[in-house]
Amino acid sequence: MHALELSGVHKAFKKSKAERKDGDGPAKALDGVSLTVNRGEIVGILGPNGSGKSTLVRVISTLIVPDAGSVRVFGVDALKEAKTVQRTMNRVSVEASFFKKLSAMENLLYGAKLYGMTTSEAKPRIKEILANIGFEYSRAGEPMEHLSRGMQQKIALARALLTSPMLMLLDEPTTGLDPRSKKEVQAFVRQIHGSHDSSVLLCTHDMAEAEDLCDRVGIMLDGQIIEMDEPGTLKRRYQQNGKLPTLEDVFMAATGKSFEEAEDKEARQAEKVEVG
Amino acid sequence: MQQGPIALGNKRSNWLMELIAVWGFVQRNYYLTKRYFWWELVWLVYTTANALSIGYIGAGLGGENIASATTFLLIGALLWSYLSMLFDILAETVMWERWEGTIEYTFMSPVSRATHLIGTGIYAVIYGIIRMVVMLGVISLFFDLQLRNANYLAAFVILAIASVSLVGFGMVGSVMPLLSPEKGAQVTFIFASILLLVSGVYYPIEVLPGWMQALAKISPAYYALQGMRSALVDGAALASQWANIWPLLIIGAVSVPLGIRIFELGERFAKRTGRLKRSG
Repeated sequence: MHALELSGVHKAFKKSKAERKDGDGPAKALDGVSLTVNRGEIVGILGPNGSGKSTLVRVISTLIVPDAGSVRVFGVDALKEAKTVQRTMNRVSVEASFFKKLSAMENLLYGAKLYGMTTSEAKPRIKEILANIGFEYSRAGEPMEHLSRGMQQKIALARALLTSPMLMLLDEPTTGLDPRSKKEVQAFVRQIHGSHDSSVLLCTHDMAEAEDLCDRVGIMLDGQIIEMDEPGTLKRRYQQNGKLPTLEDVFMAATGKSFEEAEDKEARQAEKVEVG
Repeated sequence: MQQGPIALGNKRSNWLMELIAVWGFVQRNYYLTKRYFWWELVWLVYTTANALSIGYIGAGLGGENIASATTFLLIGALLWSYLSMLFDILAETVMWERWEGTIEYTFMSPVSRATHLIGTGIYAVIYGIIRMVVMLGVISLFFDLQLRNANYLAAFVILAIASVSLVGFGMVGSVMPLLSPEKGAQVTFIFASILLLVSGVYYPIEVLPGWMQALAKISPAYYALQGMRSALVDGAALASQWANIWPLLIIGAVSVPLGIRIFELGERFAKRTGRLKRSG
């Protein structure tokens, strides 16, 4: 049984009236995505902004209902038994989603209760996790808005870890962080994976991060996963003149576009999609 | 039967997990009130000033029954501020979380929507009652309220029963921001203003056209006002209030499950159309 198994997942959003032309259909965010994450594996999804990575994470997190296809988490249908699946996973997104006036402790206690943990159960665990990530416990009472972006993201990881998820969904967890915070968060992801045997789906547009953290990497563009394999295997597949390419070269060879070009195009398309 | 690691999750029974989550929502809202204390105080001053203005309208009318007219109006103003508070807090179920960016985190947690709304509703009732008591204290410094015969216990019980129905109505309203992120919240004001119009908050419903009087009969605010005025002004005991209590019980029994169901349908719509989060 896989930790995560997606099969033929489609999702399209209607376009805004201003962007709709005659005969224009809805914009495809996910176009027949199939993938698996094995138990204890870190799978990376590498793609430019607007390629469908966040929609993919939202579909798995039960926040978006796909138009077609199936999503199974540890063999359980996420569309039919959302609550069972929700108990086994947690997510860290690019934005640190917190009540900013509340303290880190208050936010963590709220998060713990949503997953059925009482204050007396959660507090010692919070203390332990904060110590692990090098977060001064004395600062846990400060409002989140007083903490740096890197510290907020560490608290987001702590919040996810607090619920002992068997599947972690990391949606660009290091985007916008300074290099030091980025390294700390990446080290923490490795630590979570090593000590908690979680399966991880990591969406990123950071090539080095994908290569460094992931057992397998998928290349995503226009809502499709074009390639999926171990970083080394991907590189060997696109090897030319006896020289191993970088993941960026692999992306270009697989998609026919440079990462920057793809990002520009996807960003323009994403702006046209009305999701709200 | 599921095999594998999924069976290793939190083994706590479902109802206990939901109960802990209800407390989580109450506690979270308490923390938020505490952090925004000065704004809450500003809002309290504003609603108290409004209630006082309405009291002075009664006083300005003159005549022999100034005191009873003022008391009638001020009980209406107090209950209206309470009802508005319930509606505001419930409507913020979606709005506030969307603004903070926490909505997806809350909606992907294994918490039923009933738990979410009931937890929010319980906090709204507790906080609303505390505010109302403070307002009553301040107002009584300005006016000679005719509360010598007041049966406070009966008034409290009526308010508690009415709160269930009002929370149910608030739940229906709170779905609106899910359907329309930009304008949905404003639709909740329409609900509130219709209740204000037909429920006899500031005037007896007999002055309304017949069809509006019919609407009053399905408004929980109407029975709450009738019951509270009888208890506070006439000292009516609970036993004599059955005519106000049974409609409130029926409206509550219908509106709460209906509110939860409508919210669930709204959530499904938002998840299908990608409206749960406004951007990103």
